[in-house]
Amino acid sequence: MNLYHYASPSTFYPLAGKLVPWFAALAFILTTAGLYISFFMAPTDFQQGEGYRIIFIHVPAAWMSMFIYVVMAFWSAIGLAWNTRLSFVMARALAPTGAMFTFVALWTGAFWGKPMWGAWWVWDARLTSELILLFLYVGVMALQAAIDDPRRSDRAGALLNLVGVINVPIIYFSVKWWNTLHQGSSLSLTRAPSMAQTMLWGMLILALAAWMYTIAVALARARTLILERERRTEWARAQLEGQA
Amino acid sequence: MLSVHELACERGERLLFKNLGFELGNGEALLVRGGNGRGKTSLLRILCGLSVPATGVVRWRGESISKAHEQYGREMAYIGHANGIKDDLTPMENLRIAAALGGRVLDDATATAALCQVGLSRCVDLPARVLSFGQRRRVALAGLMTAGALLWILDEPLTGLDVDGVAMVEWMIHDHVLAGGLAIMTTHQMLMLDGLTPKTLSVGD
Amino acid sequence: MLKFLFTVIRRDVLLAARRRGDWLTAQFFFVMVVSMFPLGVGPEPGMLRTIGPGVVWVAALLASLLSLGRLFADDYRDGTLEQMLLSPYPNTLLALGKAIAHWIINGIPLLVIAPVLGIQFNLPAEALWILVLSLAIGTPILSLLGSIGAALTLGLRGGGALVTLLILPLYVPALIFGAGAVEGVLSGTGSEAHLSLLGAFLMMSLLLAPWVSAMALKVSVE
Repeated sequence: MNLYHYASPSTFYPLAGKLVPWFAALAFILTTAGLYISFFMAPTDFQQGEGYRIIFIHVPAAWMSMFIYVVMAFWSAIGLAWNTRLSFVMARALAPTGAMFTFVALWTGAFWGKPMWGAWWVWDARLTSELILLFLYVGVMALQAAIDDPRRSDRAGALLNLVGVINVPIIYFSVKWWNTLHQGSSLSLTRAPSMAQTMLWGMLILALAAWMYTIAVALARARTLILERERRTEWARAQLEGQA
Repeated sequence: MLSVHELACERGERLLFKNLGFELGNGEALLVRGGNGRGKTSLLRILCGLSVPATGVVRWRGESISKAHEQYGREMAYIGHANGIKDDLTPMENLRIAAALGGRVLDDATATAALCQVGLSRCVDLPARVLSFGQRRRVALAGLMTAGALLWILDEPLTGLDVDGVAMVEWMIHDHVLAGGLAIMTTHQMLMLDGLTPKTLSVGD
Repeated sequence: MLKFLFTVIRRDVLLAARRRGDWLTAQFFFVMVVSMFPLGVGPEPGMLRTIGPGVVWVAALLASLLSLGRLFADDYRDGTLEQMLLSPYPNTLLALGKAIAHWIINGIPLLVIAPVLGIQFNLPAEALWILVLSLAIGTPILSLLGSIGAALTLGLRGGGALVTLLILPLYVPALIFGAGAVEGVLSGTGSEAHLSLLGAFLMMSLLLAPWVSAMALKVSVE
């Protein structure tokens, strides 16, 4: 198998086209199953009541938000090192989904915080880091959007992404440090006490669903980006005419 | 000395040129031709190492210019659309700082002589801000003279110069090439290099 | 090599000296932003003492961002940046020199002004001394990381606002450790840990930032 073969936009485009529906279907099935388990089968938490169920959305979203940023950095590094256009496209295609999950994690965090902490927003270490992660996503996307030349835009975004990924652990550490000095919040969002077996399953299935969703959306977005960039080449024209 | 192989350049999504190649040896000049927007400036920026080509390689003394950054930096001088001089400094200071950044020592006498040669003897101590566009171009040319480079890459060196100025540039290039130097330039004007016929290269046809 | 570094620094300092108006703007910005806070939150001394370190540090971040917009932009416009990139020395050295020059021009004045502003916020002498020390370690970080943002946004429309968006999140550790050091003195928990972490962050920035910002310059100039 020749990897370079699949790295060429003209072969990647139809391949991704075939994969998208499969991942989308998997994402749909897993989401349905996961939501059913977490909202109907998982037992009510005796400490937190029904409100705790928000962590089934919150935790997978928070995982994905961090994971996607690292995956983006991986593609950025490959793109900068080997000058492969497809890796830049992948990094760019992942960014909005990552930002979306970050936003969902913050939003659900606020919803969880209201009944548990009695406030929509608490400067908890994890929530604060998540907020700064959202800023990092916004920075990368804003920079990419501000540059018209795709080549420069890709590279500039990739560099910022890499600087960000080196900084994320430091930011997380510093925020945690700052948090422990100022206050100790007793109830943590992700440390649900004594998690039942069904709860764990619900969360894992939903996390898997988030994966599938991310892959499907990123591939679909990558396809659009490729078509937009290659619209002057012969194969892309043939594609566009075929669809028209 | 300078050899270029299978160069291709993309700007935005447009392919400006591809399969471009040439060789240039001591005492040779190359005139790059082509209409507006055909990629002359892009080519020159690739040749001096500011841009990276989509494909292909530029070699100086047999080594890729990205590897030979130090040596190429010493032996090549580039004048682009912008003059590369600071408005807040005098022509004299501009020359001196440019020399220091290039790792060269430039004594006052040489700098003054160069500025006199380009016709700026009366502006040596004025801030470049008050000079006209053509005069600032002349400061850049004085910098070129004092750079002691073997290869000159000049993007539209005649812009903004009066008749005397044009003659001066022609004479500068002429002497440089006769002394064994290399020159690559673009221009939309006529270039009279007294008894010297530059090679020509058409871009983006 | 070192001579090149010194030339870059001397050049920028000379240029800043020729344009003192621009330079003073950034310093007065710092003073004014800090002075706005008591007007906003009220003159109660205890409250001012609590927010003082944070306010001075946040204002320092903003002041450094304000001057970063021009770090490479002027040189880019008049073509001197191209010429410097083509010099026979590594571009990393150029980026390092520019960041150091930025710190000398914009960072050191903050160290001098900060104690005066600290007095406005009712900080005790010991805290003032740590404030200056934390800024002395922290402001080079701001110049180094900021140079990456300045290089990435070179020549873009609305580059100034964009730099803020890109760089502020990266400043978070410097802000936390810097302001934390001063608070440590006020609350009696000590400031050594904060200062050493700030120092470690400075070392890391010093190693990585010039290298990244040189790459960013290449990308942007192309």
